[in-house]
Amino acid sequence: MLGELGIIFVSIALLISLALIYFSFNEVKNSSNLIPKKIYKFSLLQLIFSLLSFVALLAGYVFSDFSIINVYENSHTTKPLFYKISGTWGNHEGSLLLWINILVLFSSLFLFINKNKNKNFKIFTLLFQNLLIVIFFIFLLTNSNPFSTIYPIPNEGMGLNPILQDPALAIHPPLLYIGFVGSSIYFSAALSALVSKIDAKSLATSIKPWILVSWFFQTVGILVGSIWAYYELGWGGYWFWDPVENSSLMPWFVMTALLHSVLVLERKIGLYSWVIVLSILTFTMSVAGTFLVRSGILNSVHTFANDPSRGLFILTFLILMVFSSIFIFFKHAPTENKNYRILSKEFFILINNWFMIFFLAVVLIGTLYPIFLDTLTGTKISVGPPYYNFILAPFLIPLLFLMTSGPKHKWISSEIKKFINIVLFLSIFLFLITFFIVKENSLLLNLILFFSIYLIIQTLFDLYDGLKSRSINLSRIISHLGFGLLIFFIFINHIFSQESNFNLRVGETKETDNYVIKFENLEKFSDSNYKSIIGHFKISNKKKLFKENLKPEIRIYNKPMTVTYEASINSGFFSDTYLTMSNISDSDIFNIKFQKKPFMNFIWLSVLLVSLGGLINFFNRKNSI
Amino acid sequence: MKKIHLLLICIFFSFIFIVLYLSLQNSKIYDTENLVGKKITESELNLFGKDGTFNTKEISNYQFTLLNFWASWCGPCRKEHKNLLRLSKNENLKIIGVNFKDNEYNARQFLQEMGNPFYILTEDSKGKKSVNFGVYGIPETILVNSELIILKKYIGPLSSKDVNEISKLIKK
Repeated sequence: MLGELGIIFVSIALLISLALIYFSFNEVKNSSNLIPKKIYKFSLLQLIFSLLSFVALLAGYVFSDFSIINVYENSHTTKPLFYKISGTWGNHEGSLLLWINILVLFSSLFLFINKNKNKNFKIFTLLFQNLLIVIFFIFLLTNSNPFSTIYPIPNEGMGLNPILQDPALAIHPPLLYIGFVGSSIYFSAALSALVSKIDAKSLATSIKPWILVSWFFQTVGILVGSIWAYYELGWGGYWFWDPVENSSLMPWFVMTALLHSVLVLERKIGLYSWVIVLSILTFTMSVAGTFLVRSGILNSVHTFANDPSRGLFILTFLILMVFSSIFIFFKHAPTENKNYRILSKEFFILINNWFMIFFLAVVLIGTLYPIFLDTLTGTKISVGPPYYNFILAPFLIPLLFLMTSGPKHKWISSEIKKFINIVLFLSIFLFLITFFIVKENSLLLNLILFFSIYLIIQTLFDLYDGLKSRSINLSRIISHLGFGLLIFFIFINHIFSQESNFNLRVGETKETDNYVIKFENLEKFSDSNYKSIIGHFKISNKKKLFKENLKPEIRIYNKPMTVTYEASINSGFFSDTYLTMSNISDSDIFNIKFQKKPFMNFIWLSVLLVSLGGLINFFNRKNSI
Repeated sequence: MKKIHLLLICIFFSFIFIVLYLSLQNSKIYDTENLVGKKITESELNLFGKDGTFNTKEISNYQFTLLNFWASWCGPCRKEHKNLLRLSKNENLKIIGVNFKDNEYNARQFLQEMGNPFYILTEDSKGKKSVNFGVYGIPETILVNSELIILKKYIGPLSSKDVNEISKLIKK
């Protein structure tokens, strides 16, 4: 029943989208300055039906309607309600429906909220956005229908991959989707700006809030994914330069570049074409990332069941999108004077943009190179963290410096700022203290450490000055402070992390350099969807008298039958103690991985600060970044 | 000038898309179906728990051989074990186990508890030799005839349907 209902809703939404394309196409020729009411009504109806289709699938999951293949394959009656709900987007078809819903949501919101007076700009944006929507509806209905039904109806479902049964991961896809699918709206708006030739300021003010929204969600989405990897995958790391992580990071770089250059555009200083290129590039990178993840040419935790026809569809869409964007761009691109004053604010923003594009290129090459090499020569290689660390780390130094000094410069004026001041001396002093504590020898790491401290101190001074003079640019200060702290804590974490691997039996004790680990006993536990073995460990420090109890778990899920290793993490204010155990079966020997990770919470909080800056800017639109 | 830019950009993107398209056709790299009908790679495996090795050439001594990759830590292996035990009753089929990235003690306990279907048991504690057989996850099972030709590959646990299929294949 729900399956048929879902198909009806999707079909109606598709028809409405087609009607919207037809109306907006006709409306372009109409000389009236007002957008007719029927377009608003249809857009609202489109949103309602598309949301209804999502609700139908959601209901299928919540009430375990196994007549829908998608529910049968990805759910189970004994699953907790929370994971039944998150199962809706924990598979290719369901997530595609969510993807379309976000396209539609942003389309309607843009139409209703955007205050731009230029009718053609809004109509063309609606037109381009609905072309995207129609293409994805067709993809959904012809290739990846979440509402396909089966008969006879199975009694029980096959279950959700247990590795996905995690609170962080349940919210990770929707967050990221709002981020990178949300970028579709400024993709459409950018193309529309070219065609309708609107001026720089109104383009900037029209797309800025959407850039901030998508950037905020993208940042938080990446953060949640990273936290999940840290807790669930049991390797004790939080960023692996895995191709899939890279796919989420690449649009983020472009969004960050866009976020800064739109400020220049807002002041009518220039960068009109550049903002348009970046807007197109953001969504292109998002679709390219989706292609890499869904087509199965990469193997990772994110690859859903393989189906080459999907990859072909997304690739065809990507090709159409890229070439039509190039065509529209070259046909309509305005000419503008490119002369920016050296050492002005816009000059630094431009440099920031080149850094972001450089980071994008490095990550893109690292991600695509193995695929290209394999296809062209048959050689299989993998590009790992050393490549990224080696190439990206040195560039952090000038980036951090620019983030420190750039914002102090004024718009459209060249002046050389004195930078020998109290901030510099204080930073050098704090750096020397840190240096004598950590005793790191590498020049590169020390420079990164110094410049991150310099950025932190400078932004704190900016905060103080801003509060004193009551003209404060809070969002910039918070984001830049967050970034400085992020680099600083990653550095400290990198240096002070400890790890040891060993085997233990119940009752035995292991001594590492600084800690004593006692394996006290073993407990068996069973829940509705899994059984587990829980180890009880007592960790104590040799020097100080502190004790921690850790309980790592080995879970055996029944639907589908899978074993997962749940790390036990004691998250302290300054440091995390991380313990995983593996190798069950009926033996009494366990392999233990013990890690001490300082400042993990500070790393998460720094990223939250970075994203918070974007949110503040969104709600405080009077101020400039 | 503008046209040259346009041309260069189009060529650049076309190149990327062509390669991506090709890689899409290529994406069967993780699928080892294409090994069926080919000769099994020669490999020398250490015997489990004792000195000595087993060379895959020795498979030619038996009418049919089933190579099974398993480990005590692997849940699905537990599930398929009863099917292996059923198959081990066939006269003209020898099951050769490859204990994959496992701890010897655990593996021994596993067999003691569940029963031992293996005619010969070998081990691949580092998981490197199994790669020669196209194994990238366990359980995986390969049916080989006396000419060392791979007749069938099963990725994931053997079901009772698979057992019937194997029984049919080896009766011919």
